[in-house]
Amino acid sequence: MAFSIDAAFIIKAIIILLIFAITLLIATYSTYAERKVAAFIQDRIGPNRAGPFGLLQPIADAVKMFFKEDFIPSHASKWLFILGPCLSMLTALMTSAVIPFGDSVKYEAAPGKVWDVAVQAIDVNIGILYVFGVVSLGVYGIMVGGWASNNKFSLLGAIRAASQNISYEISMGLAIVAILMMTGSLSIRHIVEQQHGGNWNIFYQPIGFVIFITCAFAECNRTPFDLPECETELIGGYHTEYSSMKLGFYLFAEYINMFVSSAMIASLYFGGYNYPGMDWVQAKLIAAMGEITGHNLATLVGTLVFFGKSLFFVFFYMWVRWTLPRFRYDQLMNLGWKGLIPLAIVNVILTGGAILYLKPLVVSLLK
Amino acid sequence: MDFSTFINNLTPAAIFFYVLSFLTILCGLMVVLARNPIHSVLFLIGTFFCLSGHYVLLNAQFLAAVNIIVYAGAIMVLFLFVIMFLNLKQEDEESKTNLVKIAATIVGGTLGVIMVGVLRKSQFGSYNPYEFDSQVGMVESLGNVLYTDYLLPFELASVLFLIAMVGAVMLGRREAGDRHF
Repeated sequence: MAFSIDAAFIIKAIIILLIFAITLLIATYSTYAERKVAAFIQDRIGPNRAGPFGLLQPIADAVKMFFKEDFIPSHASKWLFILGPCLSMLTALMTSAVIPFGDSVKYEAAPGKVWDVAVQAIDVNIGILYVFGVVSLGVYGIMVGGWASNNKFSLLGAIRAASQNISYEISMGLAIVAILMMTGSLSIRHIVEQQHGGNWNIFYQPIGFVIFITCAFAECNRTPFDLPECETELIGGYHTEYSSMKLGFYLFAEYINMFVSSAMIASLYFGGYNYPGMDWVQAKLIAAMGEITGHNLATLVGTLVFFGKSLFFVFFYMWVRWTLPRFRYDQLMNLGWKGLIPLAIVNVILTGGAILYLKPLVVSLLK
Repeated sequence: MDFSTFINNLTPAAIFFYVLSFLTILCGLMVVLARNPIHSVLFLIGTFFCLSGHYVLLNAQFLAAVNIIVYAGAIMVLFLFVIMFLNLKQEDEESKTNLVKIAATIVGGTLGVIMVGVLRKSQFGSYNPYEFDSQVGMVESLGNVLYTDYLLPFELASVLFLIAMVGAVMLGRREAGDRHF
């Protein structure tokens, strides 16, 4: 029953804690950024009262949420009512476990004995399937919460959200199948490593990328696909009856999902922690600082680049929110089933053809 | 071997196995015992989760993920959909007459007897733990087997799925002049 605790274990634990904390921090400040970006796009000032530049606004919001009355409707199913937001939050936080945030950290435990710990919570060889499994479970938080509220509008909103998520999961999966055909691995770390040296998947899979990002918008319930919440038709949608921090959990889970899906986009299509000239930077750093410190600093630079890419896509989410009008529900379903799924299947066929015929042709031409 | 030495000799994997097995059986029982059909469905999802945990313990990660995606993620969501719309909240007494209860007991009991009989008769295949390939449940080996030894059944199954899909689309198709709203 003994678990051995060594330096690698401690480094891994620190990395996991850091990833967890940073995910939460970014999600917190996404709420602030959302208002600031909205204000910028609409030529307003935005929150600027709490702290310098309004930087304490998320904390003020959280305090407000906590001090509101926590209300459970009389005919609601009490335990499921509580379970709903918990499930939403849990599934949102679980996804970041398999995303590679950086290369690896080296640590010299003893002279000549160097630990090499990947900057990633777990490197499973089914990384993408894990993400899919967790994403498909995200529906339950919404459905359970919507049903347990014992309110027709909540139930209708939950059904809407769930059918939207299920519909767009299919084309999302098909978009990723094309990437899997190219890389031949389900591990996200392998996919990122194969994009080393400017070989980003976006250049090979532009259609797949458009499909994936559209589906990511729909999965996160973001505008233009924010149909589950619709004041004129459904009041607040699935969280009509929720108040206090339970509502806060639902809203917060959306921001975590936004960050995690941005990180997925960055690692699947934009090279993850790879950036142009990273070999040169790593060689220079190792020459200047020595093997271990140089390597760790290069990893840190790569991780920062990865966060930069992810945050750009978080910004992109907000940008789109204040640019595009929302879809009508039948338009959303038509786009998902009649537009994106056939397009994704064509993309898979094209990728297969390119791997079979185009690649040998190009290779023989280059010889 | 008394109980305390048994507990002390457990490996971490064995602890996981016993906890998971307990949870699996508990969830499975609750599926049957829960009064509210929504609770039954949620417990069934819990059962699938525990089964996936068992797959992970057996180092079959692919199977675990696919089990979650297909059963917990897709099929059970549709179950929930249907049950939520049926509004089965108030107890439906008509379906719980004595006749139904007796019939259900007989059917369930017969099935139970058959399963116990089969389990008693069957021979479990033995394997050598020292020569066992721990990578056998990984995606690579599974793909190799599916696309070489079992290619024909695999392709036939995919055709079957296609037929089912086309059939579902045909059934749900809107006839000419037919409006649903």
